Amino acid sequence: MSIAPLLQVTNLSKAFGGVLALNRVSFELSEGDLLGVIGPNGSGKTTLVNLITGFVKSGSGEVIYRGRDITNWAPYRIVRLGIARTFQMVRPFYQLPAFKNMIIPLYSSRVKHLVGGKYGDRDAIALDLLEEVGFERDSRVAYKTASVLPQGYLKRLELAKAIALQADLLILDELFSGLSLAEVASIVPIIEKLRHEGKTIIMIEHRLKELFRIADRLIVLNYGMKIAEGSATDVMESDEVKKAYLGTEV
Amino acid sequence: MKKRKERIDRGIKVRSGDIFALCSLREMLYLSAPRLLPIVAFLVLPLVLSIYWQKVLLFVAVFALLAISWDILAQSGMVSLGQALFFGMGAYSAGVLNHYWGISPFITIPVATIMGGVICTVLLLPLLRLRGIYFAMVTLIIPLMFVRIIEATKIFGGTEGLHGLTPLPSKWLDLYLIVAVLLVALFGFRRMMDSDYGLVLKAINDNDRSVMNAGINIYWFKVQALFISSSIGAFTGAFMTHVYMFVGMPVFALDYSILPIAAAVVGGPGSLAGATLGAFILVPLSEVLRGIGGLRIVFYGLFLVVFIVALPEGIFHYIQRKYNQFERWVEVEK
Repeated sequence: MSIAPLLQVTNLSKAFGGVLALNRVSFELSEGDLLGVIGPNGSGKTTLVNLITGFVKSGSGEVIYRGRDITNWAPYRIVRLGIARTFQMVRPFYQLPAFKNMIIPLYSSRVKHLVGGKYGDRDAIALDLLEEVGFERDSRVAYKTASVLPQGYLKRLELAKAIALQADLLILDELFSGLSLAEVASIVPIIEKLRHEGKTIIMIEHRLKELFRIADRLIVLNYGMKIAEGSATDVMESDEVKKAYLGTEV
Repeated sequence: MKKRKERIDRGIKVRSGDIFALCSLREMLYLSAPRLLPIVAFLVLPLVLSIYWQKVLLFVAVFALLAISWDILAQSGMVSLGQALFFGMGAYSAGVLNHYWGISPFITIPVATIMGGVICTVLLLPLLRLRGIYFAMVTLIIPLMFVRIIEATKIFGGTEGLHGLTPLPSKWLDLYLIVAVLLVALFGFRRMMDSDYGLVLKAINDNDRSVMNAGINIYWFKVQALFISSSIGAFTGAFMTHVYMFVGMPVFALDYSILPIAAAVVGGPGSLAGATLGAFILVPLSEVLRGIGGLRIVFYGLFLVVFIVALPEGIFHYIQRKYNQFERWVEVEK
């Protein structure tokens, strides 16, 4: 007996004017998987995330999560079902201190429902979550306004906001971009811990070396189409992938 | 040698930041003075002012409430240019209930507050997806449309309006009712905006997509903010209908949209106290300038420009900073 996939994307397409950003992309994701999505710039990776999370309305195709068709649902309804995402360009609440940024996801009806309406001290929960992603408890950094935080901390804050929602499926859109090697190395264990806790993860990445180390499976997009799917070794041996990344000899 | 201004929290502010403040009268006074000052001022002033200035104080409270109503919307990401819609809707609701059914002001004011709030919220529902200048432009136009509708259809007395409405039993009740509502609104909604609920409203203003991404239906929260704001505006309209004993097309006048914004901007947006302080300065200033006749509006405009250029953060935030911090010049190392 086969287990139903957690997420099923079928023939998902989206055109922006005359540009076909995503063209009949399909894939499945089982519970506990870590799927890497790679592809050159403009290949449709972020469009795929936006379609799954409801930030962009799809042209055609469907997204099934735990057997429910969630195609074109509003983003907040999709989050309530258990899908959380981070943004490639970080979107903190710049006017608020870092730990107050965490109050917004903690205020959501999903978290309220999960904790049975009893939050406890939200500020304390926020500080605990920030510590988990690398905001040192002893430093004052969690109390600083988001507008003065460096990029590394903003990326961690973005991740912490997604974790706060206690989602089953996390979609991390270029979490490593703009970070130093040391910063990436410090975030990888956090992702491994999330997997260990049973979370299903989709990672959109350009940092292939780090992604190949942790991903179970990869899909490769180019010009909005899926051109390869499989393990890291399989996809990198694909001629189409080589052509997409390296181009063709003139 | 280059110098820069350094700001340091006053010792008393630091000491008052904890439960220990309760051990010292001085610290308790430091914490309570900014709260007690407006309460005492608004409660004592009606007793010492002449009848003319009592009326001015009444207008201060009305415009302060409208400015608070504007500030709540602005903090939730909806910059409105149409507080006159809220004011006018409350005014006509109260006027119609009193004129056609003879209902007492004690019933019409609360009913018109809720009714005006509901009507304005429903009217503006389709605008909730608009942002920035688009939302502002539409809110500016709607009250002007109502003026033309009343004029053309001659409903509710048409251009003549509805006269002879029941006033509140005494002028003291007029004054203390509006002052009490202002103080409750000021402290109550300040508390609301400082709570986690208020944080969500402010976050919608900061980055609405990020709030959606936190599993929160931003449109539902915007509806709530709109209802709160329009109910405050509707209350002022309903109240003034019974003070004037008249309701007519002037209740949708641009004054009720523009002056509250000026008050909030001069006083300092984002704190509600700034909006109240702004009304407390601008409304009496307008009265004082009556003495210079035709040039009144020029001087009034000049005052506004000077305030905004000199203190772009708003007077309240400036005073708050001076109260909590001292400043000194320090040399900058090369």
